[in-house]
Amino acid sequence: MDVTSATPPTLAAGAGAGAGPNASRRPAPPAARATPAREHLIEGFLFLCGALSILTTLGILIVLGYETAGFFSEVSFGQFFGDTEWTPLFADKHFGIWALVSGTVLTSAIAITVALPFGLLSAIYLSELAPRQTRRVLKPLMELLAGVPTIVYGFFALSVVTPALQTVIPELAGFNALGAGIVMGVMIIPMISSLSEDALHAVPQSLREAAWGLGGSRLAGIFQVVLPAARSGVAAAITLALSRAIGETMIVAIAAGQQPRFTFDPRVPVETMTAYIVQISMGDVPAGTLEFRTVFAVGAALFLMTFAMNLFAQRLAKKYRRLG
Amino acid sequence: MQTRERLFRILCVSCLALPLLMLAYLLGRLVVDAWPRLTMAFLTGFPSRRAEDAGILPGIVGSLYLILLTIALALPVGVGAALYLEEFGQRRRLAQLIEVNIANLAGVPSIIYGLLGLEVFVRFMGLGRSLIAGAATLALLVLPVIIMSTREALRTVPDSLREAAVGLGATRWQVVRRIVLPQAVPGIMTGSILAVSRAIGETAPLVVIGALTFITFLPDGPTAPFTALPIQIFNWVSRPQAAFAANAAAGILVLMVTLLALNAVAIYLRERMQRSHR
Repeated sequence: MDVTSATPPTLAAGAGAGAGPNASRRPAPPAARATPAREHLIEGFLFLCGALSILTTLGILIVLGYETAGFFSEVSFGQFFGDTEWTPLFADKHFGIWALVSGTVLTSAIAITVALPFGLLSAIYLSELAPRQTRRVLKPLMELLAGVPTIVYGFFALSVVTPALQTVIPELAGFNALGAGIVMGVMIIPMISSLSEDALHAVPQSLREAAWGLGGSRLAGIFQVVLPAARSGVAAAITLALSRAIGETMIVAIAAGQQPRFTFDPRVPVETMTAYIVQISMGDVPAGTLEFRTVFAVGAALFLMTFAMNLFAQRLAKKYRRLG
Repeated sequence: MQTRERLFRILCVSCLALPLLMLAYLLGRLVVDAWPRLTMAFLTGFPSRRAEDAGILPGIVGSLYLILLTIALALPVGVGAALYLEEFGQRRRLAQLIEVNIANLAGVPSIIYGLLGLEVFVRFMGLGRSLIAGAATLALLVLPVIIMSTREALRTVPDSLREAAVGLGATRWQVVRRIVLPQAVPGIMTGSILAVSRAIGETAPLVVIGALTFITFLPDGPTAPFTALPIQIFNWVSRPQAAFAANAAAGILVLMVTLLALNAVAIYLRERMQRSHR
C-alpha cells in the first residue's frame, strides 16, 4: 500500500491539465519546455558574450585614443617623433619616442636573431625528419618553453644569463639589452617552431615526392622545394614572434634596465616601451597629469606596432593556406 | 645516409635540445637557490623589510582569489561566445567580424590590457585598485584562449549527433545544452586550465592596474586591495640585495610547481579527449 501511495499525485494532476485545451497536441516531453522566447533570450545572451570581444577592442581604441589625444594637446608631434631623448619625469622634459622604440627594436632584434635559427631548424626537424613518435613527444616539450611565465624568464635573464655573459664580455652592464634579448629569444622559439611547422606540414607530400623522384636528396627537397613552398607561412610565424617580442614586458623590465636612450649598443642599459609603462605604473604618478598620459601615448604606439604586424602576419598566413 | 644529411639532422636536433636543456639547467639552479628558503614560515608569512623574515602568503592567497574570480568571469562569457560562433551565428557577417576580432585580440600585448583595465575598471567604473578590477582585466586577457579552445572542442562533436537531436524535435538550445556541451566538457576544461596558467603568471597588467607589492593583510572581499604571486616575485627581483633574490627564487618555485600541476592536468585531459574521439 505504500507503493500505491507513493504514486505522485502531481503527475496525475499534470496529465489532467495537459488534457485541457491542448489535448489534441502530442504531450511535450519534459525536455521540450523551452519556448521560442526562451530560445531567443539565450541566443541573445550568447551573442552578447561574443560582442564583448568587440567591446574590448573598442575599449582599447577609445582608452588609448582619448588619453593619447590629451597627451598630444600638450606635446607636439614634432616633440614626439622628432627627438631622441625621453625624459618626461625630469625638469627638462623631452618626449622623443625613439629613445624607447630603439630599446624595443634592439631587444626584439636580438630575440629574433636567437629564435629564428633555433625555431626554424626545430620546425624542419619536427616536420620533415623526425619519426612520428619522437614528434609527438617533442612538440609539447617545446611548448613548455612558451608556458614559463615571463617574470621567471626575467629573473633568469638578470640573475643567471647576464652574469654568465659578463664572464665573456666584461664591459657588459648589469642591466643590458643582450641578456634580456637572448632570454626573450628562448621564450619565442616555440612560437616560431610550432607555426613554421604547421606551414611546412601544409606543403603537399606530392611536391616532396616529385623532388625525390627527380633524384633530389632529402636536404635538397627541404631547401629547394618545401621551404620555398612554405615561405609565407614561415614569414607569418616570424612576424608574429617579433610582434610578441615587441609587446613582451617583464623580461625587459627586469633585465634590460630603465634608462631610455637612443642606442643600438646591446651592452648598456636601455628602456623599452613596455618597461617604461611598468616603471611609471610602479611609481605614483597622479592620474590625469601629462606624465600619466605619456604611458598611454607609449601604449598607443606599442599597440599600433603590434597590430600592424599581426595584420601583416594574418595576410601572409592566408596566402599559405591557399597554397596548402 | 649521406654525411651531409646526418650532419644536418644533428644540427636540427641540437637546435631543439639546446633551449630545452637551458631551461632544465635554469630550473635546476632555481631549485637549488630556492630550497633553503622554502620553509613553512616562508609559505605562511607576510612581506617584510628583512629578506629572511619575508613570506609569500598574501601573494598565494591573492593569486588564488584572483584566479577564481577571473575564471568565474571569463568561463561563462568565453563558452557563450564560442557557442554563438560555432552553433548559432556561423554564417552571419557579425559572427565573422567577431571571429577576426578575437584573432586580433589574442595578439594584443598583455600590458595594453592593463591600460584598458586601469581606465575602465579602476577609474571609470570606480572599482579601485582591487581584486575584482584585476580579475576583470585578466578575464578579458584570457577570453580569446577560452573562446578558441572551446570552439576547437565544439568542432570535435560530430554533426550526426546534432542532426539526430534535431530530428527528434529538439530546439537549437536543447541540442547545445544536452548533446553538444556535455561532449565538449573535457575540451572546455583544457582551455580553462590553459587560461588559468596564462593568468596565474601574468605580471604586467597587474602592475599597471596597481596591485600592491607590500601588504600585511589578506584581502577580505572582491573590492579589497591585493597582491599576487608574480607581483611579489617582481618586487623581490627588483631589489638589489642577494637575500631577496633567494626569496624571488623560492616564490618562482611555488609559481612553477602550481603551473606544472595545472599543465599536467590539462595534458591528461587532452590525451583522454583525443582517445575518446578516435
